[in-house]
Amino acid sequence: MGLAKYTKDDKDRISRVEYPSGIEVKTVYGPEDLERVGFSYEKDLADPGTYPFTRGIHREGYRSRAWTMRQYSGFGTAAETNERFKFLISHGSTGLNVAFDLPTQMGYDSDDPMSAGEVGRVGMAIDSLRDFEIAFEGIDLATIGASLTVNAVASIILAMYQAMAEKHGYSPNVISATPQNDILKEMIGRGAWIFPVEPAVNLIGDTIEHSITTMPKTNPVSISGYHIRESGATSAQEMAYAILIANAYIENVLKRGYDIDQFVGRFSFNFNIFGNLWETVAKYRAGRKLWARNLKEKYGVKKQQNMFMRGMFGGGGSGLTKEEPENNIVRGAYYGLAAALSGAQTTGLCSYDEAYTIPTTHAALLSLRTLQLLMEEVGLRDTVDPLAGSYFIETITKEMESKIEEEMEKIEKVGGIIVAVSTGYAQRTVARQAYEFEKGIQSGDLHKVGVNIYTGEAPMEVELHEYNDALAQKQIENLHAVKRERNDQEVMHTLSQLEHGVRNGKNVMPYLVDCCMAYATLGEMTRVFREMFGKFSEPPIF
Amino acid sequence: MAKPGLDGHDRGAKVVAQALKDAGMEVIYSGLHRTIDEILRIAIQEDVDVIGLSIMSGAHLPITEKLIQKAREQGIDDKMVIVGGVIPTKDIEKLQRMGVKGVFPGGVPFKQIVEFLKTNVPAVELDSE
Repeated sequence: MGLAKYTKDDKDRISRVEYPSGIEVKTVYGPEDLERVGFSYEKDLADPGTYPFTRGIHREGYRSRAWTMRQYSGFGTAAETNERFKFLISHGSTGLNVAFDLPTQMGYDSDDPMSAGEVGRVGMAIDSLRDFEIAFEGIDLATIGASLTVNAVASIILAMYQAMAEKHGYSPNVISATPQNDILKEMIGRGAWIFPVEPAVNLIGDTIEHSITTMPKTNPVSISGYHIRESGATSAQEMAYAILIANAYIENVLKRGYDIDQFVGRFSFNFNIFGNLWETVAKYRAGRKLWARNLKEKYGVKKQQNMFMRGMFGGGGSGLTKEEPENNIVRGAYYGLAAALSGAQTTGLCSYDEAYTIPTTHAALLSLRTLQLLMEEVGLRDTVDPLAGSYFIETITKEMESKIEEEMEKIEKVGGIIVAVSTGYAQRTVARQAYEFEKGIQSGDLHKVGVNIYTGEAPMEVELHEYNDALAQKQIENLHAVKRERNDQEVMHTLSQLEHGVRNGKNVMPYLVDCCMAYATLGEMTRVFREMFGKFSEPPIF
Repeated sequence: MAKPGLDGHDRGAKVVAQALKDAGMEVIYSGLHRTIDEILRIAIQEDVDVIGLSIMSGAHLPITEKLIQKAREQGIDDKMVIVGGVIPTKDIEKLQRMGVKGVFPGGVPFKQIVEFLKTNVPAVELDSE
């Protein structure tokens, strides 16, 4: 994915280059290309920190501070995850990106039959507030922010984070959490959805509203083009769909009577990086500009800083390979470079063993070092948007802008992003492209080093992070202990209040915080939602 | 083509489903988050010849074991079971010993899967030859 299509003659001369987003690349660019695309510094770029922010959202970029490095981490029990958090922080990680296991992401307690074999496998198991208390023990929540990679039950997890912080003496208005909380992308390409579109989007609206009233430092959503790209989308589609999805959430909140300047500034984004360096940089520069223009012209946003496309740019899983895993270390370095050249506020890299399993400590550390090297030794802090002014980069940035707009129009033509997701149009589009890409790899039309070109190395022994079954048992025991120790009457009361709140169209967040404080379990709270909302009906794939 | 359990990563399942369909086979996609019981029910209802499990979360051993056991209990273990996804090499033999006839970790060429099914499943008649 993300690989240019190269047309070559039998002497390996490249006669044609086409990026997946549809941009055709010339051999040489010059001033006449800028003229051809109607490039204007003031209209298309402006200085960093000035509308439309093409060059970056901050005037000084990395000169003012280095990027935040978050490595996705979490597995087993909260206690083990706490250890990994502390390890990463002690080695220079400046933020946390919390991984939850699938039962947690899907709203099941560790002792639910649906959770069998999955407890603590791909992230940490969270059953109640007790687990959160352990996971964040000894972490300074006023200085270390936490990205919480959870979506369908993001409202519950955010409430739990708030409850945990309050129990540790932090006021909700100093803590910074970023629940991923983007359900529409789950339906396109990550699959951790539960409820139908409408109530799911409403829950997101509730969390955004809650961030306005109660947790102002929280970024209530991290709109994720990342997973849409992982599913087979092109860079242009990744950006286009993300902007449309963000707009859908905006509209849910506007309907509640808020002014857009009250909340949109806390929106954050999560985008992917792999494959072609230049197309990647063009995507981010064009994306920043389009997002700002979208907010200004479509929604009348007034404050400049509310128009920032603040993002986690990194990854990118689908660029990595099983074959010759050490090549992934090098790929990671280039993805990190792309992230820096794209002006990422936050970044993280998939680790070299990620094609096999969740990262070992060693691999996670290497990813962190890769990013630190870019900031400390390679010079990526020196100046803002160093590629600006390049005939090539400015031309393809303008062209990428058109490509993104084209993709947005295609979605508008089928009725908008909510229709596109409910009917499966978006899913079928990306799945078909994923198939075409795979065919390209298998035919050799697209080159992947170590996979279909320059192959032959004996398979390497990769040290695997082993799943610890005993930990799952321990988690279940801990859950039962919590259930014995808590006040069941209080739990019942808070859960029935939650149901009452949902029935009466109230914002669920305060009710959820009360449930969490009473040590209601994640499964118990989710069950209320399941009963009230039902299940998303997955559209057909063919 | 079934997605058992909680894993939501369906790119591989959808890609292989399209490849098998292009090769002339009839493919029923189960959708996400299926229980073993639901998968077996679909398999019986649709009278499939092959049940393909696509598992990317690492839980392939417990899930496959459970499915094969239940298929046996329901008397439908004449249906071939194949498994794909994120499958470490060391687990391939374990799956085969459970009764899985073909293991196709991610990246296996479509041709290989198609040939395997053509050779091992009598009902598979491919019209795109």
